[in-house]
Amino acid sequence: MRFYEYEAKELFKRHGMPLGKGTVIAKTNAAADARAAFAKLGGIPVVLKSQVLSGGRMKAGAVKFADTADEAADAAEAIVPVEVNGQICKSILVEEKSPIAQEYFVAITWDGRAKRPVCVFSDMGGIDIEEVAETHPEHVSKTHFSSILPLTPRIAKEAVGATGVTGSDLNKLAPIVFNLMKIFLKYDLTLAEINPLAKLEDGRFIVLDGHIDMEAEARGEHKAFLDELGIDDDETRLARPPTPFELAGAKVNAADHRGVAGNVVEFDGNLGLVIGAGGGSLTLFDAVRNHGGKPANYCEIGGNPSMSKTKELTKLILSKPGVEKIAVMMNVVSNTRVDIVARGVIKGCLEAGKDPAETIAIFRIPGAWEEEGFKILEKYGVDYCDRSVSMYDAAGRAVAKLKG
Amino acid sequence: MPGEFIDVIVDADIAKDAELAKKLEEICPVSIFAASADGVSIDESNLDECVLCDLCLQAAPKGKIQIVKLYDQ
Repeated sequence: MRFYEYEAKELFKRHGMPLGKGTVIAKTNAAADARAAFAKLGGIPVVLKSQVLSGGRMKAGAVKFADTADEAADAAEAIVPVEVNGQICKSILVEEKSPIAQEYFVAITWDGRAKRPVCVFSDMGGIDIEEVAETHPEHVSKTHFSSILPLTPRIAKEAVGATGVTGSDLNKLAPIVFNLMKIFLKYDLTLAEINPLAKLEDGRFIVLDGHIDMEAEARGEHKAFLDELGIDDDETRLARPPTPFELAGAKVNAADHRGVAGNVVEFDGNLGLVIGAGGGSLTLFDAVRNHGGKPANYCEIGGNPSMSKTKELTKLILSKPGVEKIAVMMNVVSNTRVDIVARGVIKGCLEAGKDPAETIAIFRIPGAWEEEGFKILEKYGVDYCDRSVSMYDAAGRAVAKLKG
Repeated sequence: MPGEFIDVIVDADIAKDAELAKKLEEICPVSIFAASADGVSIDESNLDECVLCDLCLQAAPKGKIQIVKLYDQ
């Protein structure tokens, strides 16, 4: 769940991060509000930034500078209609323009392979960090830390110092990085990024731009804070607006509390996926692609979804134009009933007017109640396999069947 | 009408037992049974939700309720 920049900065402000002066204006009366904001900030040069849940604002023309009230009004009017990667402007953040001496980059995120948070720091901020890592690897440090053991400022100092930053700059930067680490852990974030983190000409450091992604499952835990920011429960806050297909998937999941059959992400392939279980979704999605298949969707099922929930998800996936077959695959399941999922996908096919034997390319869900499930699949002539067939091979069988 | 996978047959002897009907409604985790003053009725739309827990079989006199797995036939 992504935050707008002004929300990220509100979070930073609450934790004592150094920020420039700024104010948010609505897009409905942008020109007049921009003039007022310009005056409120003291009539100094300002930067106006469209509030969208996407990067690439500068390139798209959604960030503009203004030295006068007239320029601020013009800039605000110009920014409002600009679409950035499919995202429309929610509001405009007007901030004082800061005289920058140097830009830094710092981000805290999860390293899935190390299974720990990692701090990525660079003394070459303001530009694409991947590019810096490729062209100037010595200017990028990656420092892992524990999410369980107590966090100490030393780890932040190491992260900054590893890029060659020393002296006063090191002493000023380390507390900011340390603070960001604490924010990352406290709010169950998946990304806490400051880019650029600017050193001003007078030697101060301030946060110029911030990106915050919160783990969607943690929304309940931080509801009070999200309410204070005005973030509604039904705001998905994805990097792009959800498609009607994805919204329909969320509706299927929300309609029945039993288990999970949702988190649908739309792709443009022809193989529908009903997948899940303990990381199985990602593994299976990748396996399908590795075999040359084109997934029509990503999804997650698990936690023993009811027959009707699985059925509705199946029908939704089959309703997607271009979907010829579905592959029903999971890791070995202990808390999901194989027979209930089998019933759901078969009934989904039948209600969609399709022959389950023709439509289900493969059913590979080993685990609880599998004997009962396999009986059902046999009755309807569905091709299935047990745990002796790996997830990777099952995905291969599905792709091969689709290719004919 | 049976479900696609499951049918539940309640013997006529117990179908009008209002007390048993209440009990069946209470214990079924997927709301297959509905109780009324006239006894028990089956919500056909929920038949395929049956999780084969057998709680209804235990609540009713032996042999008076049958869970039929239609895919076994």
